[in-house]
Amino acid sequence: MAMDLKEIETLIKGALPDAKIEIQDLAGDGNHYSATITSSEFSGKSKIEQHKMVYNSLKGKMGNELHALAIKTKE
Amino acid sequence: MDQQVKDLINNEITNNEVCLFMKGTPDAPQCGFSMAISNMLKILEVSYKGINVLENQSLREGIKEFSDWPTIPQLYIKNEFVGGCDIIKEMYENGELKKFLTDKQIKFKK
Repeated sequence: MAMDLKEIETLIKGALPDAKIEIQDLAGDGNHYSATITSSEFSGKSKIEQHKMVYNSLKGKMGNELHALAIKTKE
Repeated sequence: MDQQVKDLINNEITNNEVCLFMKGTPDAPQCGFSMAISNMLKILEVSYKGINVLENQSLREGIKEFSDWPTIPQLYIKNEFVGGCDIIKEMYENGELKKFLTDKQIKFKK
């Protein structure tokens, strides 16, 4: 099970249209990614809420098709 | 979620001030992310209980629903979900974790 980098980006963009997203495929296996996401929609929210917004944008793929995505959120 | 699993989680987070739901054990973590949080707690000399979700499939799924969080590890401090690996790492690096532990009156190495 793996997920394409573009697909991750598209899903996040779908939920957070103004987001600036930098994704790295850490192991080159389409399964371990690291993403830095900058969006104005994070403002005033706790880190947990911010990460949940990103997880929700991935529509249940996190922890399933997508094994590992390290997330860093910025306002 | 099964009531039994819910009770189990509630018991653990109520009876242990610092509780880490993880893959593997503190001595033998079986996932890099679980190991990362374990190591941070060890460096800070925080006493914590590690709960191995790999030993209990219904707990492994249940904790995700309980916290509304799709990944493991998950750190609870005094009944409160603090975060997964990314958040704890960020808090560790920017000093917020120490501040949080202080606020919650958890002993650690200053």
